[in-house]
This record gives sequence, C-alpha cells and structure tokens, in this order.
Amino acid sequence: MEGRADRIEATGTASGTSAPPAVELRQINKRFGAVQANRDIDLSVDRGSITGIIGENGAGKSTLVSILYGFYTADSGEIRIGGEPVRMAGASDAIEHGIGMVHQHFMLVPTMTVLENVMLGREGGPLLAEGEHATRDRMAELSGAYELDVDPDALVGELPVGIQQRVEILKTLLRGARILILDEPTGVLTPQEADRLFEILEILKRDGVTILLITHKLREIMAATDAVYVMRRGEMVAHRRTSETSQEELARLMVGRDVLFTVGGEPGVPGAPLLAVEGLSHADERGAPRLTDVTFDLRAGEILGIAGVSGNGQTELLDILSGIEPSQSGRISFAGRTFTAAAPSDPSLLRDMGLAHIPEDRQQRGLVLPFTASESSILGYQGGAGAGEGIFLALAAIRQRCEVLMERFDVRPPDPDLRCGGFSGGNQQKMVVARELSAAPKALLVGQPTRGVDIGAIEFIHSQLLAIRDTGCAILLVSVELDEIMSLADRILVMNGGRIVGEVDRSEADANRIGLMMAGIDRATATA
Amino acid sequence: MSSAPPLPRWADIGLLPLINLAIALVVSGLVVLAVGEDPIRAIDVMIQGAFFYEGSFGYTLYYTTNFIFTGLAVSVAFHALLFNIGGEGQAYIGGLGAGLVCLALDAVLPGLVLIPLAILAAAAFGAGWAFVPAWLQAYRGSHVVITTIMFNFIAAGVMVSLLAGPLIKRGQSSPTSRGFEESAQLPDMQEVLGFVGIEIGRSPLNLSFVLAIAACVFVWLLIWRTRFGYAVRTLGHSPQAAAYAGIRIPRTIILAMAISGGLAGLMAVNEVLGVQHRLLLNFTAGYGFTGIAVSLMGRNHPIGIVLASLLFGALYQGGSELDLEFQTITRDMLLVIQGLIILFSGALAYMLNPPLARVIASIAHARRPREAPA
Repeated sequence: MEGRADRIEATGTASGTSAPPAVELRQINKRFGAVQANRDIDLSVDRGSITGIIGENGAGKSTLVSILYGFYTADSGEIRIGGEPVRMAGASDAIEHGIGMVHQHFMLVPTMTVLENVMLGREGGPLLAEGEHATRDRMAELSGAYELDVDPDALVGELPVGIQQRVEILKTLLRGARILILDEPTGVLTPQEADRLFEILEILKRDGVTILLITHKLREIMAATDAVYVMRRGEMVAHRRTSETSQEELARLMVGRDVLFTVGGEPGVPGAPLLAVEGLSHADERGAPRLTDVTFDLRAGEILGIAGVSGNGQTELLDILSGIEPSQSGRISFAGRTFTAAAPSDPSLLRDMGLAHIPEDRQQRGLVLPFTASESSILGYQGGAGAGEGIFLALAAIRQRCEVLMERFDVRPPDPDLRCGGFSGGNQQKMVVARELSAAPKALLVGQPTRGVDIGAIEFIHSQLLAIRDTGCAILLVSVELDEIMSLADRILVMNGGRIVGEVDRSEADANRIGLMMAGIDRATATA
Repeated sequence: MSSAPPLPRWADIGLLPLINLAIALVVSGLVVLAVGEDPIRAIDVMIQGAFFYEGSFGYTLYYTTNFIFTGLAVSVAFHALLFNIGGEGQAYIGGLGAGLVCLALDAVLPGLVLIPLAILAAAAFGAGWAFVPAWLQAYRGSHVVITTIMFNFIAAGVMVSLLAGPLIKRGQSSPTSRGFEESAQLPDMQEVLGFVGIEIGRSPLNLSFVLAIAACVFVWLLIWRTRFGYAVRTLGHSPQAAAYAGIRIPRTIILAMAISGGLAGLMAVNEVLGVQHRLLLNFTAGYGFTGIAVSLMGRNHPIGIVLASLLFGALYQGGSELDLEFQTITRDMLLVIQGLIILFSGALAYMLNPPLARVIASIAHARRPREAPA
C-alpha cells in the first residue's frame, strides 16, 4: 500500500485508449429512504486524465463519490478499478486500491505540524522517529516531483488554506493514491490559488495520476478537465469531451433548461446612508486582531459587495454588524441609532429596527436542522407579533405562513412539516432567504448566499436580492465567489487580513485586480 | 465511518426502549438464575406485586409520581442541552421549603391555603437550588454537570445540619422534625376517591399524583407551545442558531434550569406533604438520579416520561415483593436489577440504534424494491 510500487507502475503508463479505464462504475444504484440518490450510474474514467463530475446540489455527486470511496455501499452495481471488480466496504479498501480523497472541508489537525498530519495513520511503530524519517524523505521526493512545496515542520493551522490543501493532496499521495478525488476543491481558494491548484493537478496527470474533480463551477470544468460527466436528479445525463462542449451546454444539461448567466441588470439607485461603520476593530479570544479599523457606509438601494478569501474578517464583520458578537471598539450607526462597545446592540433589537441577516452558515445558524420548516420559519422572529400572542406560539398561523412562503420562494418539497435537515442545500437557503426577505427589512446582511447552492437556486436568490434592492433595501453582500460579487454589487470593498484594502466601483471592476487585492498584494502595486 | 440510516420515529420511541428493556430483563433473569431461583416465577411475582396484589398498584403509582417529577425536571433542562444531575439535591431542598412553611404555619393556616403555599415553597426552593449552578453556567461557564453534582452534596449537608440542629423535634435524638398538623397533610388518593364513591386499597398514593400529571401538561405546553419553549429548544439544538436569533442565552439557561429545579422540588410534595408529614433525612432516596434514566428512556417527552415512570414505579414496587417472596433475593439484588434496567434503558439507550436502523432500512427496502424517486 506504500508508494514505491505505484511509482514504477505509473512511469510505465501511457494514457492509451486500449488500457482498461482507471475507474469504472457500472449501473450503480443507491437509495436513501424515499430518495433515489443514484440511479443506474455508469462512469468511466481514463487513466491519467482529469475528469469532472458536475451537477446541481442534491444531484447525487457526493453520494456517488462516497460510494467510490467506500463511505456508502451501493444497493446494486459494480465498481471496477483498473479493470478489476472490487468491493469497497470502507475507506480503507479505497485507500488499498489507490484511491485518495481530498474533502471539501480539510481533515487536518491544525495544532500539529505538516509532517505529523501527513504521518497520521502510518506512524510505522510505537516510536515515531522511524516513521518520521521515512515520511520526511518521501515527502521531499513527492514535493519535488509534483511542485508541492510545503515546509514539513510548519504548523498546519498557521498555513494559508491553499497550502493546507496541498498538505491534503500530499497525504493522499503518500498513501499511494493513484486516483485522486477532489470534492469542491476551490471553494476556499483565491482565483490565483485555484489556478495554482490546477497547475499541480496538471503535473500529477502527466505522471499518470487519475483525477476526478467534483465541482459546481462550470468555469473550472472548462479550464481543467479532459472529460466531463453531468448529473441531474440522481442520474448521469451526459458525458462530453470538454473540448467539444461549452459552459452554456453544460449548464443546460445540469439544470434541464436554459440559464441566464448574468442576472446583473440595472445598477441600483443609492439613497441616503443607512448603516455607517466607523473605525471598527476586533480581536478574537486569544487577542489576535481579526478586524482593523474598518470604515464604510451602506446606502439605501445599493448592494455593497465585500470580496475576500474566506477567513479574512468577513465572518467577524457580519457577526458584529448583526449584533451576535459584541463590538469592542468603533461605532456602528444604523437607522438613526449609534452602537458602541458601551452601548451594545443585539440581534433582536436590530431585527426590530429592520435589519435582516442571511447568515453564512445556514445549517448551524440560519436554520435549526432538527426543527420542521415551519418551526425554522420564525427563527429570529420568535418574539415578534407574527409568531403568536402573549407567551404562546400561534403554530397554525406560523405553518400557514410558512406554506405561503415556500410556495412563493419555490422551496421543494413545499412541506412545512418536513425537518429542515431533509431539504437540499439550495432549498434550505431559499427558506432562509424567504424568511429574511419576508420581514421587509430596511437593510440586509448577506453572507455567502449561494455557497453549496445549485445553479437554478443561485439564479433565483440573485434575482430576489436585486428585487429587494430596487425597493430601497440596503444590502451588504459578503461572498467568496468573486463572480457573484461582480455581477450583483454596485460597489465592491475588498478585505484582506481584517482590513478593507480597496474599494472598486461596479463600472471599473476587474477580476484580476480584485483577485490581487484579495491576495493582499499592495493596492498601489495592484492598480499600477 | 459508514453511517447508519436514521431510525424511524416509531422505532426510536417504541421499539428501541422495548428491546432495551427486554435485554435488561434477560440479563436480570440470568442473575436470578445464578442465585438459584426461577426467573419466570420471579417475573410473575414482580408483575403481581406491582399491579395485582391488594393496594399494590397504589404503591406503584406513588413511586411513579416521584419519577414523573424528577424525570420532567431532567427533560426540561435537557431540551436546552443542559444535564441537570442535581435533581436529587433540588428535591431535597424543595422538601426543606415545603417543610419550613408547614412547620411555621400549620397551626395558623387552614389546609386550603397552607398546602398550595407549601407546594409553591417546594418549587421555589428547588428552583433556587438550581439557580446557582445555572447562573455559574450562564455567566461563568462552570459546567452545570459538575456544579449540580456538588450541590447534591451541599444539599445533603445542609439537611443533616438543620435536622440535627434547629429543626429537630424537641426531646428526641433521631434527626427528624416534628410531625405536621393535619392541615398540612395532602389528602390520600384513597380518601379523595372514597369521597366520590370509588374504593381502592390502602397505599401512600396521594393527590401529588394529580399534580404530577398537571406538571406533564405544563411541561408539554411550555416546551412545544410557548415562545420560551421555542427558545429553549433552539438553544438545545444549536447554540449558534440561538445567538443568531437573538435569543438571550444566559437568561434562557437560567430559566430552564430554574424550572427544572422547581419540578424536582415538587417531588418533595409527594414525600413530605403526602406521605411522611414531617421532614426527615434522605427522603429523596435516589429518585432524583433515577429521573435521569426516566427522562432518557422517555425521550424527554412527557408521555414517554409517564410511561418510563410507570415502569420504574412498577419495578420498585414489584421488586420489594420479590424481597419478601424469595429468601435468596435480597434488597441488594434488587438494586442490581434496577441498576441493569437503568444501564440498558438509560446509559446504553442508543447502543442498539445503528444495527436496528440497518435492519429496519433493509426490510423497508426489500418491501418496495423499485419505484420512482420522490
């Protein structure tokens, strides 16, 4: 299972058409309760190719790779690796067959060094010294061969996410992976980091590694893959050579109809400033600064976009503005009231004053997953007149209102009694958006409105945001998707390291320049 | 890890507890067998002794009353994801509250005023005893499990020093208070039912049972029908969602714990006002702790808690019959059996969850092999 044999095998491999495919799935079926997550899936991945699987959320991509990686057992069907039928009873079987997986959320211990992380599960004996030596040597070898430079003694928690991802890739290679599955790998990366990742994948491919790229971003499929499979509602609906298809065709295949790419439309007509932030600074529990001197105005009828790589202070900014986290220094004025550390706000008060909030994390915050849709539909408004009379909740009225909202915001299935955890990501997000927009807010804080949301729902959510902006609502839009910010925002602020490092108007927005600012490259240099 | 499919609701609240109970009984049967008795006969004696002997069902319901109060107490805190292990101490101090009211006022107030006052005092003292750990949890982050356990010991110490000191009946050496006047005694169920013409056998069952059922309705309304209950459940499922929703978390923690402590305190109504008619040591007798198992087995729902309480009540009552009937089965043996039931139904309640879920899922799957996706 260790790497040596694989490398010999790999060097001898050419991606000829006569060789059996590296991975082949035949007639895979998987059902969860009433939901057929995968139906008669056929998939064939050539050795030494980059193959994409694209599909909306809930289309069954994750289930399919979980079956391939041994997390789930298929109800029926066959998995062949290198032409041989195999049984995957667990991740250890998958590893044994040379399959490695880089998860969307990294499986690393942040307080350990790179070496310690990479060594996990292959320590080699009761004493670590020997395993450490072997691992260090092998790491150096791999880093050299694939340009995966990482300092083995750095603490993982202190590395940028792009490098952490490299550690994940190294980890799988060290376990002898020749087939690499990447699940939504660019979600946390800057555009530049994503490009770097694709370069690395290209090098791996040249060495005969087979790569399976799961994503919902069409641009990445076009840029990085040789072939692409499209999934829709649990079925494999198309297989294309990337060179013979287009973004438009893939989008149509994914959604089952034509898709508008830029919702954009008319720019907003900004009115009076509604929310003013002045000199906001914030430190976390350990005293590390998370926000430094953040100042901006948000006007009625505009969408102010905050671009930045995830983890550069956006989360803290939203938490403070929404009143969840008490502010430490600086002033926030909203609708005629000023809040400071001495005069704190709180989420209920702000909601009463007309500030709605679509949180970044809909599963932990925006919804209570074990609650029914109906119960979650009053989250945040549970104390209000709409939720009941006196101390009691008006459950029938809440349910009825939820039913109407689900209809209006196209939540599927429109069943208020279903538990929130049972809805797909896109539908969960639509429920949160429905609840917050239906409160008719003066201002709206929005965090990652379309993370993990399928294309159809993205389009819908974007048009809803624009519609409420046009009624005079002030929207602060935080997103790591630069495309999203650029197509929606009237003005763009770029955050890096807890500071606002630049402001760009809609008319002069340029992905490359904003990307450099996001990466923390000096503004003067960036504009030059 | 390959995850098991979720267990259907009916299996979670119906089948799983029954299977757990069956395992506990089988293992208990083995213990009975090991001491040389016939387990089938032992079960028979227990069932007879809990439900069918003269007056035995009254005894069973009397024990049930205690378990309902302490079980509800644990469940209310649990809905806010707080483990109130302090039911024992809260009930003990609740008894002190009721006792002090009775001792001070039983000569001057009629029962119709005195008893409601004493009941309120029991709840208030229990709530007060839970308030301190709750405050420490809410504002200082001291874990409520640790502090409530400590408060059980403190409660025991307080009661010993009071009953051996200021509250001791004059001229006697055993640490109990004087008996209450008639006005402070909660009517027996026998009297109440006799009044409307229903004859039941003699037992310690008293009006507290009605109070316990009322408490069930109260908890159900509180948790599932009020804004406060919504806040409690939101906090219990996701503290982050609670913060997002503007729920005042410290206040919710304190209120939930105080209500929990108040319910535990009410257990003393059954013992002090209903049966003992005086204050004495250790009247809580572990009911507070068993409440944890009751709540767990009853899935923190009032109906489940009533059923689980009935089971534990029957076990206590039927168990004491075993003690009388068999030479070799002693009081300590009974503790072993009770312990086994608590172990399998409480601590190991979810042990069989994954395999059972798989079996049910595969049966369901076999029944409808192929149909259109939903």
